[in-house]
Amino acid sequence: MLTEELVDLSRLQFAVTALYHFLFVPLTLGLAFILVIMELTYVITDRTIYKDMVRFWGKLFGINFALGVTTGITMEFQFGTNWAYYSHYVGDIFGAPLAIEGLMAFFLESTFIGLFFFGWDRLNKWKHFMVTVLMAVGSNLSALWILIANGWMQDPVGATFSFVTMRMEMSDFWAIVFNPTAQAKFVHTVSAGYVTASLFVLGISSYYLLKGRDLDFARRSFRIAAGFGFASALSVIVLGDESGYTVSESQKTKMAAIEAMWETEPAPAAFTVFAVPNEKAERNDYQLQIPYALGLIGTRSLTKTMPGIKEIKARNRERIENGIHAVIALEQLRRNHDDKTALAQFEAHKADLGFGLLLKKYIVDVSQATPEMIQQAVDDTIPRVAPLFWSFRIMVALGFLFLALFTLALFYSVKGSFIEKKWLLRWALWFIPMPWVAAELGWVVAEYGRQPWTIYGVLPTHISVSNISVGNIYGSLAGFVGFYTVLLIVEMVLMTKYVRQGPASLGTGKYHNEKAAGGALPAHAPANRI
Amino acid sequence: MDYETLKLVWWLLIGVLLVGFAIMDGHDMGMGVLLPFVGRNDLERRAVINTVAPHWDGNQVWFITAGGAVFAAWPMVYATAFSGFYWAMMAALWALFFRPVGFDYRSKIQNPTWRSTWDWGLFIGGAVPPIIFGVAFGNLLQGVPFQFNDILMSTYTGSFWQLLNPFALLAGVVSLGMITFQGANYLMMRTEGDIYRRVRTASLIFGTLTFVTFALAGWWVATGIDGYVITSAVDPNGLPDPLAKTVATAAGAWMTNYHTYAWTKWVPIATFAALAAGILFARLGKAGLAFWSSSLACAGIIGTAGVSMFPFVMPSSSDPRSSLTVYDAVSSQLTLGLMLGATVIFMPLIIFYTSWAYKVMWGKVTTEFIAANDKSVY
Repeated sequence: MLTEELVDLSRLQFAVTALYHFLFVPLTLGLAFILVIMELTYVITDRTIYKDMVRFWGKLFGINFALGVTTGITMEFQFGTNWAYYSHYVGDIFGAPLAIEGLMAFFLESTFIGLFFFGWDRLNKWKHFMVTVLMAVGSNLSALWILIANGWMQDPVGATFSFVTMRMEMSDFWAIVFNPTAQAKFVHTVSAGYVTASLFVLGISSYYLLKGRDLDFARRSFRIAAGFGFASALSVIVLGDESGYTVSESQKTKMAAIEAMWETEPAPAAFTVFAVPNEKAERNDYQLQIPYALGLIGTRSLTKTMPGIKEIKARNRERIENGIHAVIALEQLRRNHDDKTALAQFEAHKADLGFGLLLKKYIVDVSQATPEMIQQAVDDTIPRVAPLFWSFRIMVALGFLFLALFTLALFYSVKGSFIEKKWLLRWALWFIPMPWVAAELGWVVAEYGRQPWTIYGVLPTHISVSNISVGNIYGSLAGFVGFYTVLLIVEMVLMTKYVRQGPASLGTGKYHNEKAAGGALPAHAPANRI
Repeated sequence: MDYETLKLVWWLLIGVLLVGFAIMDGHDMGMGVLLPFVGRNDLERRAVINTVAPHWDGNQVWFITAGGAVFAAWPMVYATAFSGFYWAMMAALWALFFRPVGFDYRSKIQNPTWRSTWDWGLFIGGAVPPIIFGVAFGNLLQGVPFQFNDILMSTYTGSFWQLLNPFALLAGVVSLGMITFQGANYLMMRTEGDIYRRVRTASLIFGTLTFVTFALAGWWVATGIDGYVITSAVDPNGLPDPLAKTVATAAGAWMTNYHTYAWTKWVPIATFAALAAGILFARLGKAGLAFWSSSLACAGIIGTAGVSMFPFVMPSSSDPRSSLTVYDAVSSQLTLGLMLGATVIFMPLIIFYTSWAYKVMWGKVTTEFIAANDKSVY
């Protein structure tokens, strides 16, 4: 029996493990390319300090990467363990990008990361550089395929439903690959990763500069991070706007909820800066708006209107009422594949099948659904407004703060005076966690905003779960929380240890505290590898 | 390519990916199983770990990809097995947690307790998954209690504990033996001195264990386990619908394929030969040949299970017609064809650059090398 408790727990476990996994992903995506930039500088200039930079930031990359791998396996297991009906219903489409991700991206990334760490003495510098490039390409390709899969959940193109196999089946692979929703998500997500990594390098370099240690090393790292970070922060905002451009129905719903836009406003709609959304009364108790701005962002025109929540609900009510006929016809077809009348009825209404399935949350036989149940299902089609409204605004505000920080960092890097700007260095240091906050909130907007669907308009979250007992999920959730807490502590301890040691952790004998720690050793004598 | 051929090709390809997993990830998992026993001090253990340091992550992708391919090609098997074997899957997953962190974090802090904890972590990460996957195969051979309702939602009706029945546990031992044998033979190629002598002994022990338990399991399947047969007509080109057929259990049914297609007898025969050759080569100190022999044995053991059950993949003991077969648990023709194309393009590339990575890093890993490169190796 699919109880609400079962569904809520399955969702909670997925949310916890996915958000946790994404603590490690963005740094991997971005730091890989920063390592490429540093190593390219090394192979061109032949200056050892750049090699040391690759190796030191590479160590931190490795500490982060280990947990990225660990928590990534969880995601692959979890579709099967906790979302079995989802896996059956859309595996024909959703499984393919995951398998291709393994073949095309994970193998590349994981094979070359081994050579990245251990191949320094066995490869010449150009070959090693090539290894680093392939590792970075591999990690970013894996983001591409998983976001194609995720984009399809938001905007399920290139697939049709088959009543014989009782699932969605792929009809156009390239439509799925070039799904505009997926492409916009990909570029926005990897850019967010680049910002995360740039701020990580910028902030830690600032820490060394503030402490007055490893100055040469930190200065060069700071400059690279400032340049790469500026470009990334700019693109994350521009490409984020691309995701906001409302093409699909799911995005229209999400946008209305994000904007707490209850009524359809005359075009171009106003952008709400601040509001206190009141879900019961379907209005905002207080709001502050900028005229025209939202319409311009959302439709890129002065004349197209954007539907408000009430209008979307009215449309969805029609689709649910239609969907009831589709579900009834489907159930007849499942009993008898050759039932011609049922087939005709199904064909007429199958576009709204998913909406009819929304009622399964309230009643098994949807033909008996009461007006109250239909009303509840209609209300379900709009995700809760307040969490989306605020998550989105905090994310956007952080995005602009990143752009400001990187603009100043780049400006003073070019001028060469950033070391004296203590306020800038402190800002960078204390801002290190913020890209993670923004990225996690971005996922909340994307996935919470897709509710009540796992596949928008096709498969309700409620019937996507595995039919297992809730005791199982309480147990596994407790296990995940336990493991993940311990792992996070271990990771943070190691990360802090290596950041504090700085480039001295390479043991080259050239960096902060090394002479003191090594007694009277001369600067370059004990270095077993330079 | 017609639908039937694609269905059969994917049965083969899933097999290839599982064999790839056993050969590649198997040897570093086997390393984990042996680690606490063949390395007697920190330097020795680090030497053992560093034989796989540049490769374990790439090897693990065989597992990830096999999982992804089952999802893409056999979504119903993926959905039913992962949700049905819920706690077994969680245990395998949590055991796998110990590997990435064990490898990467172990030598980053110089504290004996810290390091020995992660060594045992690598042991768990190496031993538990093969045991669980073996137990899972043992249960597939007996049939698993699950059924589909009219919208093809699967429900597992058994308990966790009934998965741990005697035959399944025996299959778990076969699997653990096979993986450890593989790991020992790999370590023979990459170590020397005391460590080499210890892993050679381990190879002889685990090779023999695998040989004996595999023979025992074969005898058990032939005489004590009811197989499954499809009792209705099957359209191999038809749209996949597991509920469209009828299935019955029959004594000795898992032996039918060996009679119908006589050449398939060579699969178990070659397995025994490969195991015997692996033991012999290990005894003679021919590490490379021993490794290839145990690799062949991995293919043979997985192949034997596959051939015995064909066309079944996951038979249902409680509602036999819900059983999943290569004909009715599969994805659409388009998806299978597409995934085949992707595999044909990428698999040769993967084999090429993986071989290159091994070639670059090849050689004996000695304790002297570890001591000299303290800060840059695991």
